[in-house]
Amino acid sequence: MSEILLEARHLTREFPAGKGRMVHAVTDVSLQIREGETLALVGESGCGKSTLGRMLIRLLEPTEGEILFRGTEITGLSAREFRPFRRQMQMIFQDPYASLDPRMSVRSIIAEPLKTWNLCRDREAVTERVLELMEATGVSGEMLHRYPHQFSGGQRQRIGIARAIAAEPSLIVCDEPVSALDVSVQNQILNLLKKLQKTRNLTYLFISHDLSVVRHISDRTAVMFLGKICETGDTETVYTRPRHPYTRFLLNAVPRPDPRRRETGGELLAGELPSPVNPPPGCRFHTRCPFATEECRRTDPPLRETDGRLVACHHPV
Amino acid sequence: MKNRQKELAELHQRRLEDGNGPVSAFRADLFRMFRKNRAAALSVLVILLLILAAVFAPVLTPYSYDDMDLGNRLSPPSAAHLLGTDEGGRDILTRLLYGARISLLIGVVPTVVSILIGAALGTIAGWRGGITDTVIMRLADIVLAFPSMLLAMVIMFTLGDGLVNVFLTLALLNWAAVARVVRAETLRLKNTEYIEAARAIGVSGPVMLLRHILPNCLPTLIVLFTLNVPAAILTESSLSFLGMGIQPPSASWGLMVNAGKNYLYSAPWICAAPGLIIMVAVLAFNFLGDGLRDALDPHQKNR
Amino acid sequence: MEQNTLEISHLTVSFPTDRGGFRPVNDVSLTVRKGQIVGLVGESGCGKSMTARAVMGLIRSPGKVTGGQILLEGKDLLALNGKEMRSLRGNELAMVFQDPMTSLNPVVPVGKQVEEAILLHRRVSREEARKRTLEAFRNVGISEAEKRSRSYPHELSGGLRQRVMIAMAMVCCPRLLIADEPTTALDVIMEAQILQLMRQMRDRGTSILFISHNLGVIAQLCDYTCVMYAGRIAEQGDTRELFERPVHPYTRGLLGAVSSLDRKGEELETIRGSVPAPGSLPAGCPFGPRCGLCDETCRGACPEPREISPGHIVRCFHAGEVPV
Repeated sequence: MSEILLEARHLTREFPAGKGRMVHAVTDVSLQIREGETLALVGESGCGKSTLGRMLIRLLEPTEGEILFRGTEITGLSAREFRPFRRQMQMIFQDPYASLDPRMSVRSIIAEPLKTWNLCRDREAVTERVLELMEATGVSGEMLHRYPHQFSGGQRQRIGIARAIAAEPSLIVCDEPVSALDVSVQNQILNLLKKLQKTRNLTYLFISHDLSVVRHISDRTAVMFLGKICETGDTETVYTRPRHPYTRFLLNAVPRPDPRRRETGGELLAGELPSPVNPPPGCRFHTRCPFATEECRRTDPPLRETDGRLVACHHPV
Repeated sequence: MKNRQKELAELHQRRLEDGNGPVSAFRADLFRMFRKNRAAALSVLVILLLILAAVFAPVLTPYSYDDMDLGNRLSPPSAAHLLGTDEGGRDILTRLLYGARISLLIGVVPTVVSILIGAALGTIAGWRGGITDTVIMRLADIVLAFPSMLLAMVIMFTLGDGLVNVFLTLALLNWAAVARVVRAETLRLKNTEYIEAARAIGVSGPVMLLRHILPNCLPTLIVLFTLNVPAAILTESSLSFLGMGIQPPSASWGLMVNAGKNYLYSAPWICAAPGLIIMVAVLAFNFLGDGLRDALDPHQKNR
Repeated sequence: MEQNTLEISHLTVSFPTDRGGFRPVNDVSLTVRKGQIVGLVGESGCGKSMTARAVMGLIRSPGKVTGGQILLEGKDLLALNGKEMRSLRGNELAMVFQDPMTSLNPVVPVGKQVEEAILLHRRVSREEARKRTLEAFRNVGISEAEKRSRSYPHELSGGLRQRVMIAMAMVCCPRLLIADEPTTALDVIMEAQILQLMRQMRDRGTSILFISHNLGVIAQLCDYTCVMYAGRIAEQGDTRELFERPVHPYTRGLLGAVSSLDRKGEELETIRGSVPAPGSLPAGCPFGPRCGLCDETCRGACPEPREISPGHIVRCFHAGEVPV
């Protein structure tokens, strides 16, 4: 088994919600990402997956908890001490329209990390490297001096990927990198991400709400509900034999492109997501869970090894 | 590798041909602006004419701006005085030409200075937040809270009159509003994904402000510029009217409008000429601003 | 034979541009039968939303319907004037949009907004309107209808807001409901609930034109499916037939792309290239440059629709040449 690249211990993040209340975006989350793997973080919008992803690469400071990168704690570091780590962690964003500065040409966008880290000796070298990166991500070199608005969504996402790999990071947080893209383009980008992972030895944290995409690309999956991880393990294990009731509902709700296997509507999760300002006591899922008991309403189940994966449930199915 | 080098050389060549270096790119932008936007081209022409008139005033008119001719007071436009004379018998056209010197300077210089100060403080306040933000913005609030005329009078009173002091006063009055607007813009930009992307790359604070925030504030700054130039011209005229700005017999357009308003019924030309010129100049700056904003918008490029 | 709720034939929408104009909707024909859900699926910019807008009479200037016919229960919608069309919208024709937040007034309680919609089209008292609103809320599965009707849009979750929109669309018992990506902004769980609601409405006799980019949603919901590409319907047929025996290379490409996600480890199937920009369509078949079967014929002319089996219509010269 490969080494642990990044480890989070008891991460918590709260945001003020006015009137002295707090939004509990992420509560006491621990996880490990191993070198060279893809860990998927899935859950509904508002479950805290994006907040967690940003905390892991210190784009957001955690309220509590610590993060270790190759065994070094990076949470307490000053901006200066953290700089060498910054280069190791990059991000690919969801919205290829919003994540590129509209006033910069493609060359300037991809060159930004190169300049920031002084990776090239002169202008010529920068241009050459930018062209290499464009080739690696499938953007035509002729587009060097074009501006983002002149590209399609898929092309923009490729530019965003070129920028993310420019400084040769080891970890990339992919925040819903294909959910804004068309079906026919989405797979191109996924293939590109896989190819780059292989050739450049990248580790991905892949955040998504699209479970079919996650299943294809990830080695391990962590399912989040209301700021907590409720189930995590090998992707195939979690997908084929989900043990947490929430994971089950989530997987069942995915509409399959097969009219023969229509949902009858029997196993639909009713009700609404509880508010993260005022999460329910005990197990956070108990208000929607058909199997909830008195115990679930009283105590919050910890993540426990069950059937080859970790599940936070008193009564795993 | 050979191939690559050749490609690079070609690209470089093409870039030279396109004139796509930063400086020539800007020139190309301006050129495109004139070609596409007639109003902007016209406004540049008007502004150039005004500047030329200001510079060559002594050549263009036989009179001097402070030649009093009391026998010829309030005379209507005639062959000798194309735009008539004012209450001191001075030639109005002459005073307009000389007035352009002061009014244009007063319109542009303090506005540019106030925008520079306001943009710098506004971006820093918005970006840093916390105590820096509080200090800068409370300072701006103080400036904005005082009636501007009163504040201007206090500053002018302290500094004494003179052109440079008018510049200073106007700059000190106007930076606060600029800072407010730019701060709001910075706060908005700070939440965009591309700024977050730049942070993820590791771009440091100052570079971020110069490379990402300020260029994206540019459209706002240009609008502020076009709004503030006429405002500055008018504020100066009020100051002059109160006897604190430009002192007669020096001429500025604002001063002339103010002087003429006592004779609005008996000699309307005294007000009309400088009034019209102020309007033309203000319109020209507005159109220029619109043209600049479009020219610098990347969406208009490479079309 | 039962009457068709909606019959669109040879519908064309044109936009004038500097370069002569383009057609976001080009020669589209489709039929929605009573009590049927018809899916319109395609990628962004393929013209599916524009088709819906044309039916609603909501094409924004300078766009214009320049050809074809739209019949709602036999009534020619394109022949109606602005006033007649307005009285039809929200009454016999209703639409639900992708983002309920932008279609609801943020400063008016949601119940009030639904009441207004009723009062606009029906001569009833405010009391009666209120009663019908609460009933509509219950019908779309909004619990605590009384309380929720007094909420402002921002106080509701995305799923609830969409339910309010559907309730508003349904209060006047429209002949046809057009749903434009109603679940795209929602999570899978909310999505499943809304799809369930759509099915219930169909079972009560409502005809629905359902627009989506998600093949999974279409497969789960629709009785009949039209696949759009670059303004034209590339292929249409019964949903089962279409998903099991797709013949158009584009439909096959889309289905292949989606289903290959299930096969772990392999390279994913893709459709090469990307959707052509509106206004710069290639000559001949618009899908040609991305198609593996493209030859001289395809480059020379755009294929006309052909019916290869009852109800299964496809625009491709090579349809049926390559077995599934």
